Amino acid sequence: MSQTKETITPAASTSFESAVSARNISKNYGDVEALRNMSLEFPRGQLTSLLGPSGCGKTTLLKIIAGLLKPTSGEVEVNGKKVTGPGPDRAFVFQDFALLPWATVLRNVAFGLEMRGVATSEREARAEKYIKEVGLAGFENAYPHELSGGMRQRVGLARALAVDAQVLLMDEPFSAVDEQTRRKFQEDLLQLVQNENKTFIFVTHSIEEAVYVSDQIAILLPRPSRVSEIIRPSNFRSKGVDNIRRDPEYLDIVDEIWASLRTYVE
Amino acid sequence: MIVFGYRLPGMSSLLLWGLLWEIVGQAGVTFFVPPLSTVLGTLFEILGTAAFQKALFETAYAFFAGVFFAIVIGIPTGILMGKSRLLDELLLPWVNVFLSAPLTALVPVLMVLFGFGMKSIIITTTLFAIWIIILNSRAGVRQINRSLVEMAHSFGASPTDAFFKIYFWAALPEILGGVRIGIIRAVKGVIIGQLLISIVGFGALFELYSANFLMGHFWAVLIVLFALAFTISEFLAYLERRVSYYAAKR
Repeated sequence: MSQTKETITPAASTSFESAVSARNISKNYGDVEALRNMSLEFPRGQLTSLLGPSGCGKTTLLKIIAGLLKPTSGEVEVNGKKVTGPGPDRAFVFQDFALLPWATVLRNVAFGLEMRGVATSEREARAEKYIKEVGLAGFENAYPHELSGGMRQRVGLARALAVDAQVLLMDEPFSAVDEQTRRKFQEDLLQLVQNENKTFIFVTHSIEEAVYVSDQIAILLPRPSRVSEIIRPSNFRSKGVDNIRRDPEYLDIVDEIWASLRTYVE
Repeated sequence: MIVFGYRLPGMSSLLLWGLLWEIVGQAGVTFFVPPLSTVLGTLFEILGTAAFQKALFETAYAFFAGVFFAIVIGIPTGILMGKSRLLDELLLPWVNVFLSAPLTALVPVLMVLFGFGMKSIIITTTLFAIWIIILNSRAGVRQINRSLVEMAHSFGASPTDAFFKIYFWAALPEILGGVRIGIIRAVKGVIIGQLLISIVGFGALFELYSANFLMGHFWAVLIVLFALAFTISEFLAYLERRVSYYAAKR
């Protein structure tokens, strides 16, 4: 246990440049308090997971950062700029993919660029590049219903990458795909974080998934919703994707998180 | 259907019913039912007459104009009602009232308001068609996947973009269903309007034939109208099947 004690350090003592800061966010739905006075920093170029039992407000926080929801009080800053709504500096990956069923893969991937008024030939060229990058080359003219769940989420990912936003917001992106596809996605995500100089904010309810992919894990607890601790795994990520799941530190952190969450699971 | 090992083409049962009609007609049971052969003979006879062609043209004109207004006004109204709570609260009761109301009773009022001519017939046609188009467009928008709306919003879609690139397409299968039922109702509307106003189109013809006891002519025109209405409805169903192929896969 001594090893994990070292890795679990309070957020304040680590120094990093944050790309996204959430400050004193509260969100009420009528009388229901979804978030209360929540503050969290998201380091640039890294992946931060929001992990917690259902009802802890993790998706609410993500949508506030995306500008899709307005906080009741508090504010979010992205690269020093206050968030007032959705913006080109952020892109969202949806749990249910949110693809246009009447449009081809190519048009779906280019949708964000289309909304920004990029000319057809340019946006299709850029979309094709990202379709290739997520491994869907050859499916440009397929329709979403012709693809498997995993492939559909690759389309959603390509769409988010194509707009070249600095911050990628992912709302349980792998929860609707099967176990094997999910593992492949997790490995690919590690590659992506390494290769793209982007900040990832990743909502999940899977402890293993959070520990596997994250540079920083924020544990959120419900009633009232709050950040209970921030965990920064130290060294197993450099050991290669095949070794992470049997690294002692990985296993310790997974156990530790479960120990603190189990009382909140009905 | 397969009879004695032979596959019968669709609607071959009509032959049987046609035969029955012919027998009843030839037997001279009633003066109101002339034999089918006589009716068909009359049909080809009047198809070429100026009176019939004028009636057909006027009916088609009123029908297409009425349907055009019903679609152009109905679809946007329905979509906006689906999107806006306020508009929905304001308009929904009226839409429901008019959908189920016996619109035929309104035609005399329309005649007083808009005169005894084409204008009243077009408005009658529109009134028959528009309500179901509004309701279906509204239903189509209300069942839209919330995350599609959020997706468009998060990628910076303007309200116009969202309207034309998300809402319209997402609701298209329901909209087309509404347009099909609306058009079928419009066929009724255009005929009922003409019958009541009865100085233009087929209404005038019906009036003329039935007043002069020309039953052969009467049935001939009726067959033409039924066939037209049925053809339009089948054609729309075919279009709907082609366009809404993705509806089940949303």
